[in-house]
Amino acid sequence: MSETQFPEKTGTLENRAENPDDIILHAEKITKVYPGTTALNNVDFDAYRGKVNVLVGENGAGKSTLMKILAGVEQPTSGKLYLEGKEISNGSIKEAGRNGIGIIFQEMMVFPNLTVTENIFTGREKRVNGIVSYKEQRAETVKILKKMEQNINPDQLVGELRVGQQQIIEIARAVSEKRKILIMDEPTSALSNDEVKVLFKLMRELLISGVTIIYISHKLEELLQIGDYITVLRDGNKMASAKVKDINLPWIIRWMVGEKHTMKSYHQTRQIGEELMRVENITLPRIGGGFSVDHVNFTVHKGEVLGLYGLVGAGRSELFECLCGYAKDASGKIFIQNKEIKSRHIDERISDGIILVPENRQVDGLVQTMSVGGNVVLSSLKNLMKGFWISAKEEKKAINKKVEEIHIKVPDTNNLITSLSGGNQQKVVVSRALLTNPTILLLDEPTRGIDVGAKAEIFQLVNELASKGYGIIFVSTELKEVISVSDRILVMSKGKITGEFTREEATEEALVTASAIGHELEGVKNA
Amino acid sequence: MPELKGKKANWLKIESFLMKGRAFIALIFVLIIFTIIVPNFVNSTNLVVMTKHVAIYATLAIGMTFVILTGGIDLSVGSIAGLCAMMAGGFINEGITIGTNTYYPSIPMVLILTMAIGTFCGIINGFIIAKFNVAAFIATLGMWYVARGFAQIRSNGLTFPNLVGRAELGNTGFPQLGAGSFLGISYSIWIMLVFMLVAIFVTRKLPFGRHVYAIGGNEKAARMSGVAIDKTKIGVYAISGFCSSVVGLIIASQLVASHPMTGDSYEMTAIAAVVLGGASLSGGIGSIGGTVIGAFVIGILSDGLVMAGVSSFWQQVAKGIVIVFAVIIDQVQRRLQERVSLSQQVEEKENR
Repeated sequence: MSETQFPEKTGTLENRAENPDDIILHAEKITKVYPGTTALNNVDFDAYRGKVNVLVGENGAGKSTLMKILAGVEQPTSGKLYLEGKEISNGSIKEAGRNGIGIIFQEMMVFPNLTVTENIFTGREKRVNGIVSYKEQRAETVKILKKMEQNINPDQLVGELRVGQQQIIEIARAVSEKRKILIMDEPTSALSNDEVKVLFKLMRELLISGVTIIYISHKLEELLQIGDYITVLRDGNKMASAKVKDINLPWIIRWMVGEKHTMKSYHQTRQIGEELMRVENITLPRIGGGFSVDHVNFTVHKGEVLGLYGLVGAGRSELFECLCGYAKDASGKIFIQNKEIKSRHIDERISDGIILVPENRQVDGLVQTMSVGGNVVLSSLKNLMKGFWISAKEEKKAINKKVEEIHIKVPDTNNLITSLSGGNQQKVVVSRALLTNPTILLLDEPTRGIDVGAKAEIFQLVNELASKGYGIIFVSTELKEVISVSDRILVMSKGKITGEFTREEATEEALVTASAIGHELEGVKNA
Repeated sequence: MPELKGKKANWLKIESFLMKGRAFIALIFVLIIFTIIVPNFVNSTNLVVMTKHVAIYATLAIGMTFVILTGGIDLSVGSIAGLCAMMAGGFINEGITIGTNTYYPSIPMVLILTMAIGTFCGIINGFIIAKFNVAAFIATLGMWYVARGFAQIRSNGLTFPNLVGRAELGNTGFPQLGAGSFLGISYSIWIMLVFMLVAIFVTRKLPFGRHVYAIGGNEKAARMSGVAIDKTKIGVYAISGFCSSVVGLIIASQLVASHPMTGDSYEMTAIAAVVLGGASLSGGIGSIGGTVIGAFVIGILSDGLVMAGVSSFWQQVAKGIVIVFAVIIDQVQRRLQERVSLSQQVEEKENR
């Protein structure tokens, strides 16, 4: 198959007709609807016995949702699952386990306070006369770790291990469960190259012993090396599937991002003014060695939307934490309008004109016990004081002005913040930031978890704010979003800036390529 | 169908309103109960005595409210009150000895020094909690021991009796604080009223107060919004320490003596008043007004039980049940609140 040819949208794999028995797990017309969004739309998925079945797609494409449904963590709104031709229902992760399906989650689920052995056997302890036998568990742990070529002390607390080793422990747990089907959701995101090699070797051994693997990763080169079958999801739809040996990297990218821009451009032409912020050598050391943010330099101009793209773990959020004053160990110089700022704390940075709209609205953004109005004014109470106390009149005025400006839909600003929809909650966090009169606005994934209509409003807002002369840095893991709103785009990978593109130069392919710099795996294939 | 939904939503609102006003309802409830079972329960002498008791609990509980609003807890208030009572008694009866000179501070000076000591204890609590990230329960448990220990050390476990001072030393008048009155209302009640008004003002009108609520609601979000977490936390424990010192002074003055066990177990009464007043122990929810009502409920409950002739052992049982019941209601209310805001969301969606 030549690289410019696209296979039919679904199910034209010649070998499926040849060996239908080879399919161990078949998902049929899976749909999953969350309030406000459809995460999966009639998706069919096949997992071939004894193969690595790869699933790719951008963030929000529905990969993790599909995996959660296969593993019994979530229930589909509609659709059926067949295991070896027999319909099954995975009502819970336990039931899926009984059906022989195991999962390694993207977010690590280890117990840092327990030993390696205890971690591997949590929930299915080996018992002798009802009493947990640490000795037996330990013996098996030693065996598994040896097989995985890991020199890890089985009695060590998992919290004391490196992140990569913790991930290995999680994989070891899944392996020791001896499932027929093993789902791996981005298992390599925290692993070093050597550890990835070991993992791949282990995966090959598992395949030989008849285990079927379903594998998700953002690292596309990796997929080409380890995968046998590939399925591409985009926006909750299955786009294509193929044998990995028939395809190449451009094929994946094209199916992932689509042939044309499906998203409307929200960019408006405007005058880009003088330099507002310049940062030099921003560096944040990582616990356990290396850098989360590695000597980063860039500038932001008046009225400019600077997009910042990168994969999970590229250091985008960490860079923002350095800029907003949250990261205590950050070093480097920040100049606002050519004046170096020396402040170190968040409140001081806010007075210097830098404020962050955090990525995780619920955890870092909102005070859930307060009203809408209370949340809006939280960062700028000092400016609302009249003499000795907060003026109720000034406060009301400020709240109403922002509610109107930012179009927050709320019947009464005294209502609890939790009564608003996700999009409106996000607008409240943005308006709180704006009320501090910032020079630079840091937006970390402002559209995460909100519906399409609300996303459009947020983009519109970003444009309006840029036109008003704010300098905006916009972080997103979603390519289309970054390209759609930015005047200029920086790409980060492994803590470094690996690409800079003007609006005209920025293509999805170019950004994806730049975001993978530093992720190359030399010689893994033949390890 | 929509009619039913509206009705259901209204019921939810009514339930939620009742829950929010639970302290007030409880207050009316205990008043009615004791009026029925205790003859002459409601007469002016009784009410004045009870209110004087309540004033002590309320003053402690006002400080405690700030702490609990941030999601913290202060177990040391009773001990700090005891330490402050002993310090004040010592200043009056023994003075301050520097080298060979003994200096007897005037009564205003005694008050200021004692309040400074209490506030300082609170600052230590706050500093340890904020800067070393020690759980509030542990840090203040430590202070609970240390302050009580020093209270005993100060007099070797004895009582400082007869705190009337001596005219030739210029330190008379201390009992006035406990016994005196203004416009027929005793000072301790005035103090409670003033503290209440100031605290209401601080929680509603000062950035500090908003920050207290924000930290209790979501500390990380408050930090990201530029709230100075450490300063605010130290502030609330300082306030709590200050309130404790005032309570220690009032008790010593009322008794005209200071005993090292002054204020023993008062921290529990204060916490109970705050929770009964509608505050959530996880922080962010609560009010000064609620706390004062909660203190009235606790105070009237204990005095009422005494007047009803209930044995002191059964009094403890009754108080314990009331406190646990209050926390159960707190949980129920939180769930109800969630349902109300959910039904609001549904309404909003349907209206769109």
